[in-house]
Amino acid sequence: MAGFIETVRFSDPYFPIFVLLVIALVTAVGMVFLSQATGPRKYDKIKYSVYECGVDPLAPASERVSVKFYLIAILFILFDLEATFLYPWAVLFRSLGLFGFIEMIIFVGILMVGLVYAWKKGALEWQ
Amino acid sequence: MEALAISLIKAVPFLGAVPVWAVALVLMVAVAAVVLAFALTFEGVGSLVLRKVAGDIQVRIGPNRVGPNGVLQFLADGVKLILKEDLTPASADRPLFKMAPYFVFVGSFAGFVVVPFGVGLIAADLNIGVYYVMAVSSLVVIGILLAGWSSNNKWALLGGMRGAAQIISYEIPVGLALIPAVMIAGSLSLQDIVRSQGGLWGIFGWNLFHNPFTFFSFFLYFTAAQAETNQTPFDLPEAESELVSGYNVEYSGIRFGYFFLAEFGDMFVVAALTTALFLGGWNIPFFHAETLPWIWGNLLSLGVFLGKAFTIVLIMMWVRWTLPRIRVDQLMRLSWKYLIPLTFFNLLGVSLWLLVFNGKGIPAMIASLFG
Repeated sequence: MAGFIETVRFSDPYFPIFVLLVIALVTAVGMVFLSQATGPRKYDKIKYSVYECGVDPLAPASERVSVKFYLIAILFILFDLEATFLYPWAVLFRSLGLFGFIEMIIFVGILMVGLVYAWKKGALEWQ
Repeated sequence: MEALAISLIKAVPFLGAVPVWAVALVLMVAVAAVVLAFALTFEGVGSLVLRKVAGDIQVRIGPNRVGPNGVLQFLADGVKLILKEDLTPASADRPLFKMAPYFVFVGSFAGFVVVPFGVGLIAADLNIGVYYVMAVSSLVVIGILLAGWSSNNKWALLGGMRGAAQIISYEIPVGLALIPAVMIAGSLSLQDIVRSQGGLWGIFGWNLFHNPFTFFSFFLYFTAAQAETNQTPFDLPEAESELVSGYNVEYSGIRFGYFFLAEFGDMFVVAALTTALFLGGWNIPFFHAETLPWIWGNLLSLGVFLGKAFTIVLIMMWVRWTLPRIRVDQLMRLSWKYLIPLTFFNLLGVSLWLLVFNGKGIPAMIASLFG
């Protein structure tokens, strides 16, 4: 234990985050336990069935989902990565000057071509 | 935190025998408890204020039974949620169903860690603060997808898929609209960004008034963030009149409460980010908060920060009860065809402005005209 504590860097800026998340999780789990300890617990077949506005469920919900959602997910990965690349550039923008500006115009320009392509192909239509 | 622990050990004589790490750990736990208490209180009081605002806007009274004018309603709601049965539908995927609320709750709470409440009041001043908030706010998507899928309910599945599609679509404009503030400060740390908006001009040091493009990006961010936190013009994942409640329809008791609390937690984090990045954060107009004595500087800056953040929260509630819900196709069109191209051109404008005018904002230029 003492050896382990020596290796933990308490001055690490991420350590408070770890402590905070652990405490949040402990509180959340604790409240659920409190709820299970104090709440009623009565079995009823109807109560434990799936809610479908009072009608008996016709089929399980594990149906296929529209392909539109997957398209959005793929586009999101592209554009979110792009936003991720823009952040380091934004931090260093002042020191990079005109060079960084032109580089980023080329980078964003290529991605804008991608957006226009997806747009023209109808990937952004939601019908 | 470690420096604070060392100074505390020096200041309090009987702590001399205690190792530094123990004091630092106790301090961290105390800070965490304070932040968690603040978050839970805000979420509770926020739900009450939301209902009161809704009542005023719809010309009715709102909650008025528990306590004077209904001010204790949120405590009664909390106790009621805990005392309800914690049930899992028979056909649900049990482990995933039970895990989903924790993801949502912890994910929304993680955003509170880097909120700069005052000059020295921040739980962890990360050098990647803005980035961190963007990252942890995505945890909520995982929770919503898990909840929607594991419920084995058609309403929940539709709500979960819609919620995930919506949040990830709007995360791009949110991320791009925050970049101007990062460019002006040259740092991702929220404290650095707030400090870069200081100075004696009062409100004219704010990024909001730096140049026309940052003014515009404030509104872009506000719109996109309203959608990312599922506030009403964009509350399609919940849509109680068509999806009966969306991804949380099968949840009851305190597990439902976590989704509900997380919604208010996200609301505050968005308001706090808006304040810190565009509205000057904790900067007190016509004062240098850093030069005041520690306790007064922190108290005043905390008050200023919370005042601004709560104003933004009230505006969000106002929007929420004023605008009708839009359709899914309109929602997706707004994000992909309007907000994303607009944020890109806005970013281009900001970077051109910073290049041409050497990083100076309009207020600074006007000030230099008068010497």
